[in-house]
Amino acid sequence: MAQIKALVITGFGTNCEMEMSHACRRAGALSDVVHISDVLNGSTRLTDYHFLNLAGGFLDGDDLGSAQVESVRLKYARIQTSGRTLFEEIRDFIDRGMIILGVCNGFQALVKTGLLPGNPMGKRRVSLSFNDSAKFEDRWVRLAVDPQSPCIFTRGLDRLFLPVRHGEGKFVCDNNGTLEEIKDGHLAALKYADESYTPTMEYPANPNGAVDAIAGICDATGRIFGLMPHPEAFNHPANHPAWTRLKELPEKGEGMAIFENAVDFLKGII
Amino acid sequence: MPYRIEVGQKPGLFDARGERSKKQILRAFPDLDKNIDVRCIDVYTVDGEDLDDTWIGDAFCDPVIQDIAVNTPLTRKFTWYIEVGYKPGVTDNVGRSASYALHLITSRHYPVYSARAFLLSGDLTRSQAEKIAGDCLANSLIQYVRILDPQEILEVKPHISVVSLNHVPAVHEVSLDLDDQGLVKLSREKTLALNLEEMKAMASFIADPEVRRIRTQVGLGEKLTDVELECLAQTWSEHCKHKIFNAEIDYRENGKSERISSLFKTYIQGATRDIRARAGEKDICVSVFTDNAGVIRFTDDHHLVFKVETHNSPSALDPYGGALTGIVGVNRDPFGTGIGAKLIFNTDVFCFADPAYAQELPPKILHPVRIFEGVREGVEHGGNKSGIPTVNGCIVFDDRYLGKPLVYCGTAGIMPVEVAGVPSHKKDIRPGDLIVMSGGRIGKDGIHGATFSSEELHQESPTSAVQIGDPITQKKLTDFLLRARDLGLYRAITDNGAGGLSSSVGEMSQLSGGCLIELDKPLLKYPGLDPWEILLSEAQERMTLAVAPENIDAFLDLSVQMDVESTVIGAFTASGYFQCTYDRKTVAYLPLDFLHGGVPRMRLSAKWEPNIEPDPRTPVPEDQNAKLEEILSRLNICSKEYVVRQYDHEVQGGSVVKPLVGQCADGPSDAAVVRPVLELSKGVVVSNGIVPRYSDIDTYHMTACALDEALRNYVCVGGDPDHWACLDNFCWCDPVRSERNPDGEHKLAQLVRANKALYDYAVAFSCPLISGKDSMKNDYIGPGIKISIPPTILVSVIGAIPEVEKAVTMDLKCAGDLVYLLGATRKELGASEYFASYGIIGSSVPKVEAESARARYRNLHQAICGSLISSAHDLSDGGLVVALAETAFAGGLGLEIDLNEVAREPGMNDTEILYSESQSRILVSVSPERAHDFESIFAGDARRIGRVIPEQRLIIRSQNNGKLIDRDLASLKRSWQAPLDF
Repeated sequence: MAQIKALVITGFGTNCEMEMSHACRRAGALSDVVHISDVLNGSTRLTDYHFLNLAGGFLDGDDLGSAQVESVRLKYARIQTSGRTLFEEIRDFIDRGMIILGVCNGFQALVKTGLLPGNPMGKRRVSLSFNDSAKFEDRWVRLAVDPQSPCIFTRGLDRLFLPVRHGEGKFVCDNNGTLEEIKDGHLAALKYADESYTPTMEYPANPNGAVDAIAGICDATGRIFGLMPHPEAFNHPANHPAWTRLKELPEKGEGMAIFENAVDFLKGII
Repeated sequence: MPYRIEVGQKPGLFDARGERSKKQILRAFPDLDKNIDVRCIDVYTVDGEDLDDTWIGDAFCDPVIQDIAVNTPLTRKFTWYIEVGYKPGVTDNVGRSASYALHLITSRHYPVYSARAFLLSGDLTRSQAEKIAGDCLANSLIQYVRILDPQEILEVKPHISVVSLNHVPAVHEVSLDLDDQGLVKLSREKTLALNLEEMKAMASFIADPEVRRIRTQVGLGEKLTDVELECLAQTWSEHCKHKIFNAEIDYRENGKSERISSLFKTYIQGATRDIRARAGEKDICVSVFTDNAGVIRFTDDHHLVFKVETHNSPSALDPYGGALTGIVGVNRDPFGTGIGAKLIFNTDVFCFADPAYAQELPPKILHPVRIFEGVREGVEHGGNKSGIPTVNGCIVFDDRYLGKPLVYCGTAGIMPVEVAGVPSHKKDIRPGDLIVMSGGRIGKDGIHGATFSSEELHQESPTSAVQIGDPITQKKLTDFLLRARDLGLYRAITDNGAGGLSSSVGEMSQLSGGCLIELDKPLLKYPGLDPWEILLSEAQERMTLAVAPENIDAFLDLSVQMDVESTVIGAFTASGYFQCTYDRKTVAYLPLDFLHGGVPRMRLSAKWEPNIEPDPRTPVPEDQNAKLEEILSRLNICSKEYVVRQYDHEVQGGSVVKPLVGQCADGPSDAAVVRPVLELSKGVVVSNGIVPRYSDIDTYHMTACALDEALRNYVCVGGDPDHWACLDNFCWCDPVRSERNPDGEHKLAQLVRANKALYDYAVAFSCPLISGKDSMKNDYIGPGIKISIPPTILVSVIGAIPEVEKAVTMDLKCAGDLVYLLGATRKELGASEYFASYGIIGSSVPKVEAESARARYRNLHQAICGSLISSAHDLSDGGLVVALAETAFAGGLGLEIDLNEVAREPGMNDTEILYSESQSRILVSVSPERAHDFESIFAGDARRIGRVIPEQRLIIRSQNNGKLIDRDLASLKRSWQAPLDF
């Protein structure tokens, strides 16, 4: 069987690349952590990979707003060898049927570059604004999975428990039409939920005031997925914030399911 | 024509930053009309021309949520527009990122200056707006403010904060041919912070005919240059040379006197030496006291690196920048140890005055709430943006920290035992290796930081000592250097902290035997710096490296590729001299042995006269339940969740025991556990101990208790007591007697006693000291007022847990579990939180019995490894009853406790048993089926004092079997959470 190859891009403030790559490997993929400058100088090519990971962090310090400078980089910076932009390379990667996962800062980059919701690709239609609390917060949240979502990363899941760690995670749309389109297409694969795993607008279960409690969305193909919570941070059962209270420790961390789904999907197509 | 750009949240969208600012303003000005409105917008000034609207939009605006206005106000719907931006030369991270974004778009360089504007609406006068700006929104030391009304904003001009020095760099000679008075005056005027003896040592050096003869050979005159003078003053500063810790001290106590030759060598290094000798093959120390941080073994393939520092003086002046610089600064210590470590966690401890302090503030002292919020935010940005989890810490409150807040920042790293066949914990520099500076550029920032922090805070403290760290520039730098390390592209690395190049190259040059720095080579932020300023600048985010000539091209190429600036600034030599040139002329030529060994040894005297105020009768409250809630609300005991939540404590994916634990993830963890290597189940444990209150009685016991607190926190989560090491961090008030400091001998005696305790207890616990730091001038001197902090030691412990799956948390787990108290309770309430609640100090300070404590900690570890324990929580501030309340509400389960079962000193009343702060005690819950195995390990040292109940109540029976305490957990928890719920 063909080996699934994952690429985790880092550099300029990304900081979750190590655990993201670890999760990819544990899920059965080969995984490379590559500095974005290696992509820009042409020594690493997206065509050699199947699974692109945009990890969490503070790209360029989020100084002009989260991932704002990254969206400029993807749109304007050119690859030395080909003269093409990173955005064009990523579009080709998507056209080849490959998959992309953006977590936290990576999700922010996906929406700000218009890769999500991706209709049309490249147009920014949704965003992630300051949390209503105006605070960066690290806390674990319950997530309800939309079983009808085309998202290939959440297949077979009905709920997740993961940490959020962000100051700018409030999902907003440019207008109601966009929100309707997301609802109709079941693109909001993940929603912040209360103790009964029902989507909620109550703080802190909904940690940022996200519209419609949206925590993560995919594109219409389900192959591009972005979420604020960190699945890679629940890579081991002892990441659970109250694992010492569990009678029995599960075999693995719940976040691994996202990566395992990714690898399973790719095994089916390559 | 520059562009002035305003960007703000679209109308109708919730302006979260504006709302938060409003909350802060109303907290600072409670009398203000609650209906004021505050909006927050970003302002950018771009210095340049020919910018396309699309480009401006792409760079600055998120069209989904923001509106943008170019060269016109975004809105005029406000009463007052308050713009806050940086003064020239202050690091502007947002401006730098904006300039970078425009460069990505246009390939041209546009300087950008960022500011934030607060649009206030409501019934407010201009003078009220000015007061709000000054007290709440801006720090006039580093920021400018302009306040405009809706008419004035139409005329607003772009604000460009450019540094223009108009100064031709030059080197000046300084005559030391002066009388004593003249030398002292020179030291003060140039902020050299040297005493007369030290000034005289320099004067006699330069007066030596042989020295003068050699100097003429390199073209130097008979006077020291300002480059040399500043370099010597910096190298000889208290901050760098730890002169007090190396002084000869005459110590007197009870009519007996003793001569101590170096506190550091005798007690700190001495303890580690003796522990290592006894440990033999079990010694875990790898590199101690020789590098920027201490190194211990972790696994066969990895070492751990750990360092804690303080950044007190800068944080007093600019809490945000000071703390941010503190955390990114201490990051560079493990990063600059050996050939460099990857950073795995931060730990922070702060000491502040009461944030609700209501008395008038002395000049130049910021209100404690601003210090609190500024430091919190600085550490948030420094830690979170660097991708290093903040896993443990605490906050201590005492109003004497008004004189100087303490900001302890610690960082640990991990390094492979070998990198490319070379041991990673060593530095190797050969003559001919190139000196390379990588990272940020040099400006006037931080000049005299080392000498400034060697003085007390006074009204004329130099503002250039304040700077703002830039975590992203540093992250790019560390990404680059870790890759260069693994490729074997450099031989040694060290950080540029206090003293800048003077210190980093000065220290490295001892390994090769000399150096030659070309001071016109380093990249500058702006022209016009004098050579001595280039040498001493403490501009941040810089590392100094030794690169072999054959690797320099590969090193520099990788640096360019990864967008990091690196410059060759000279070479290491074997000349025996620290030599600098500028414009090809020699401007400094100092023998290394004089530079590093020429500082005269201080001779100090210390006298211990204990201040005995016998314990009064212990006050007994009428209502024990109400008293317990009052104690839970005390600042040193209450929840710090507000701060902890804002720190990313799980980035890097290895968190095991988080700072907040329990049923609702809001219980106070004793220590942290992380897995730095995700493939392994072996974990790192880190904990802290700090109890400055006890210094009011005796610093000997204060120190013993701080160490014991750190160790018992460490063992509570499952840390191995045979694989631990610690760091000491002294923050003292000036211990050198002088006219301005008449009780210096007492403070020095306190320092001596602290060191004696550190030796005694580190050896008794077999816990080696591996690195540390001291900050000796934590005083404030203002008009008619002097505030000295209480002598404070932070002990930070690092070690290992063999299997993280065995780790234990402090929350009760299961109704029916049995509750045990390990260790005896004595009548030790001196300087306790309980006494403090009545304004009493007393004399019965807790004393540590190391031998029984060590046995207990090893037994506990055995029980934890055998999975016999449900929860473990240490007893500290507030004693038994506080620990009971915390473990109960964190677990969401009640407790029924009988004080008759507590092992206690005879004659103690109920209140004393509840609140005694006797050390080395741990509260444990155990499931009944494991009780037999558990008890057999402890052989009588574990006393069963009660059980876990499903009812949500804390019930404590008194010694005569009455109900002493009976309170529902929700109200106890509320009292504990309320004070710092900002």
